[in-house]
Amino acid sequence: MTTTFSTTDASDSAGGAAVLELAAVSRVHGRGATAVDALSEVSLAVAPGELVAVMGPSGSGKSTLLNLAGGLDSPSAGAVVVEGTDLGGLGRVALAALRRRAIGYVYQDFNLIPALTAGENVSLPRELDGVASRRARGEARAALAEVGIEELADRFPDDISGGEQQRVAIARALVGERRLVLADEPTGALDSQTGESVLRLLRSRCDAGAAAVLVTHEARYAAWADRVAFLRDGRMVDETGHADHAESLLEKTSR
Amino acid sequence: MAIRHGLLALLDQGEMYGYQLKSEFEARTGSTWPLNVGQVYTTLRRLERDGLVESADTNGGQVFYRTTAAGQRELHQWFEVPVSREAPPRDELAIKLAMAITVPGVDVLAIIQRQRTHTLRAMRDYTRLKSSTDHTDVAWLLVVDSLIFQAEAEIRWLDHCESWLARHRAPPEPVPGAGPATRSVAAEEEAAR
Repeated sequence: MTTTFSTTDASDSAGGAAVLELAAVSRVHGRGATAVDALSEVSLAVAPGELVAVMGPSGSGKSTLLNLAGGLDSPSAGAVVVEGTDLGGLGRVALAALRRRAIGYVYQDFNLIPALTAGENVSLPRELDGVASRRARGEARAALAEVGIEELADRFPDDISGGEQQRVAIARALVGERRLVLADEPTGALDSQTGESVLRLLRSRCDAGAAAVLVTHEARYAAWADRVAFLRDGRMVDETGHADHAESLLEKTSR
Repeated sequence: MAIRHGLLALLDQGEMYGYQLKSEFEARTGSTWPLNVGQVYTTLRRLERDGLVESADTNGGQVFYRTTAAGQRELHQWFEVPVSREAPPRDELAIKLAMAITVPGVDVLAIIQRQRTHTLRAMRDYTRLKSSTDHTDVAWLLVVDSLIFQAEAEIRWLDHCESWLARHRAPPEPVPGAGPATRSVAAEEEAAR
């Protein structure tokens, strides 16, 4: 059984070419008799404005999918295309540059550098990319303002709450030209109220034009996505399809 | 039951006529459980028969109702006594899965996944409603949250069923004659004839 889903709907309804496209991507670990299929022929396109959740039990291939999408791992077969560039065609240096310029990560444990302020954490990828530090700092301030915590720019990670640290991480993920966020259980370390506010933020950044893939095992967070894909044993076994328009929901609920 | 007491609660705050009750009920629960006017009048007649409400003024052809002392006691009783869980409502999904597990030839895991997708879709729709709702509409936000919690509980139960089946269930028995394991016996019997 091949499980590829139509990707044309996704880009049609959200408008514009996909920011991320996985085309029949497989990842095999090991070889011969001991080979393990971590991911098998998974296709997924994420357009600007879209938040796509990926759910599945541990070992179903969620993290493999995210690592491939972010260019941290390369597929055994199939293609990963980010902002129109096939990652498979890039050398090590070019891949690192593309990752820095186009892709942001958000992790369960925030992964902020404790010795840098919130603002410096956000501007770091831009400075590494050769942007003048003045401009990088300005971009960082803008990114922090977009996630509602401009006033925390000079504070250190240890000095702010978990929810605020995750906001900094989301600002860092979307600084400069970046508009692809790969979020791996971003709510894992947060209480449910704060977790929900992080999802609200991710949702609003997507509504403003970003594209995000959210890996989670919690249905209540996945429910903030436009689409939810289900992985089992490395295969995409089902997908919810796109959400209806909000106006039609009331009708539907009052059946 | 909830409609009866819902109407009592509304009437306890002031006289109202049928259509008003319908709109008020729906406003407080965000049209999650819409009523038709017929249902409202049937319920009002029963409440009147039981002495819990009485008709008050008639204004422009509309009959206004209000609670009686007995109606107020009934309402306070309703708020004080927890909603019973002793006779759980029939749960079609639980019945369906119980049947699916015992009926041969049914792909239980496929049923679980289809339901999971369906329920998550509903949960996503509720979440959208919630995020587009004015924060001051507390009663309705809590009603939507109730729907989200119920959907979440269902998905967790489905996950539980799936992992339990994966751990405890032997792989399905091969159809006689089709798999290599059973073929030998069947083939030998065939050959012996």
